[in-house]
Amino acid sequence: MDYLTVLGFGPKGWGLALLAGMAITLVVSLAALIIGSAVGSLVAWAKLSKNLAANIAGDAYTTIFRGVPELLIIYLFYFGGSAVVSGIAHMFGLEGFYDIPPFAAGALAVGLISGSYQGEVYRGAYIAIAKGELEAATAVGMNRGLKFRRIIVPQVLRFAIPGLGNTWQLTLKDSALVSVTGLVDLMRESAMAAGSTHRYMTFYLAAGALYLLLTSVSGYLFNAAEVRATRGLRRSN
Amino acid sequence: MDFNFLSSTFIRLMGALPLTLELWALAVFFGAFLALGLTWMRARKGRILPGLSRFYVFIFRGTPLLVQLFLIYYGLGSIKEVQQSFLWPFLREPFYCAVLALAMNTAAYASEIFRGALAAVPFGQVEAGIACGMSRLTVFRRIIFPIALRQALPAYSTEIILMTKATALASLVTLFEVTGVAQKIKNDTYRALEVYLVAGLIYLVLNFIIARAIAALEHYLSPHLRAIPASKRIPDPADVL
Repeated sequence: MDYLTVLGFGPKGWGLALLAGMAITLVVSLAALIIGSAVGSLVAWAKLSKNLAANIAGDAYTTIFRGVPELLIIYLFYFGGSAVVSGIAHMFGLEGFYDIPPFAAGALAVGLISGSYQGEVYRGAYIAIAKGELEAATAVGMNRGLKFRRIIVPQVLRFAIPGLGNTWQLTLKDSALVSVTGLVDLMRESAMAAGSTHRYMTFYLAAGALYLLLTSVSGYLFNAAEVRATRGLRRSN
Repeated sequence: MDFNFLSSTFIRLMGALPLTLELWALAVFFGAFLALGLTWMRARKGRILPGLSRFYVFIFRGTPLLVQLFLIYYGLGSIKEVQQSFLWPFLREPFYCAVLALAMNTAAYASEIFRGALAAVPFGQVEAGIACGMSRLTVFRRIIFPIALRQALPAYSTEIILMTKATALASLVTLFEVTGVAQKIKNDTYRALEVYLVAGLIYLVLNFIIARAIAALEHYLSPHLRAIPASKRIPDPADVL
């Protein structure tokens, strides 16, 4: 067998399987990004709040989720979550082991990690809003909801794009670790292909190339988004 | 709460801490050298050396560390020529493969940090050094290096902490460092929550200590940015009179 056969789309090729794995990687990462943006906004709000308890909670969240290995957090959610679910099942008199879906555990774990980074991104973006604009909004009589919707959200989104691009790259790469729970993403698919054909070099190089494709294309898209979002902004430099 | 189980787990996990620290220290040490080389290449004139350095950074930052680790451990190990070469005694060992993967990965990120730090050295200070008659080496040793080191520390401390977390991946190539032992205890006892929480706490404390140590180094390296303590201040004549 030569390289084109094993990597191709024929009956002996793993091409289609790798592409399917790539799609799973993309979907898991997107789910994690969305979970992370919800958590990240809460973390940013907690850290910016004048309430001391909220400050401490926000700080504790980022310290924990940025200070513990990603792999350990994924293990904790998958195996720990499954242990909790089994425990609850046993309370209702059900026997055996119940595991939670690897996709859900993985997306949640990677999403919560992403949230700790996104929190910092949103916090920085909020601080970057010119104070005069917030004062002007209050001065023209906007209430807090309207000020949030018309002044804060559009600008936070604009300032957050570069940082969000970085966290997205981290999330994409962290998603490879979800393969340890058995989710058949790009990493897992290439490991299975490598194992069954004994062509480890070929398939891990292929996996690397496909991850590179994902990270570089999304990097390009984030750059384009930044250029578009700041097209009306005058720069001092 | 079963404190006996928690404490016995803690003791077993602490037994694996030396391996985690060893992986971390070697990866950071060799990674820093590799990063300096990459930064030097990037700062050269011409196209080939900066291009190679850029390409290296692009590849290693664009792919997951797990792929890099598996490529080195399983990928290189499956090639006959590698198995017959002088490198085999090293590449056969998961420990050296893990150190190699971690070091090559951190070098890519660190070289970008060093590049930024080098760019942040004000040219006026280099010019002043040359004007005083310093040789190129003296300018580097006395002016560029200390200023760049001070600039690089905050970002580099983040990278070093990312490395302690990255050592956890070594458990996936059969090494029994903290995460690997945690996984083993979990498989033996099925008490996932307690085991992973204790392991997480160990990493958290480790990272806290590293972060504090680097912050202290940063404080030590920037006396010029601190307020002078009252005892060492030259009294203002207006205050004395």
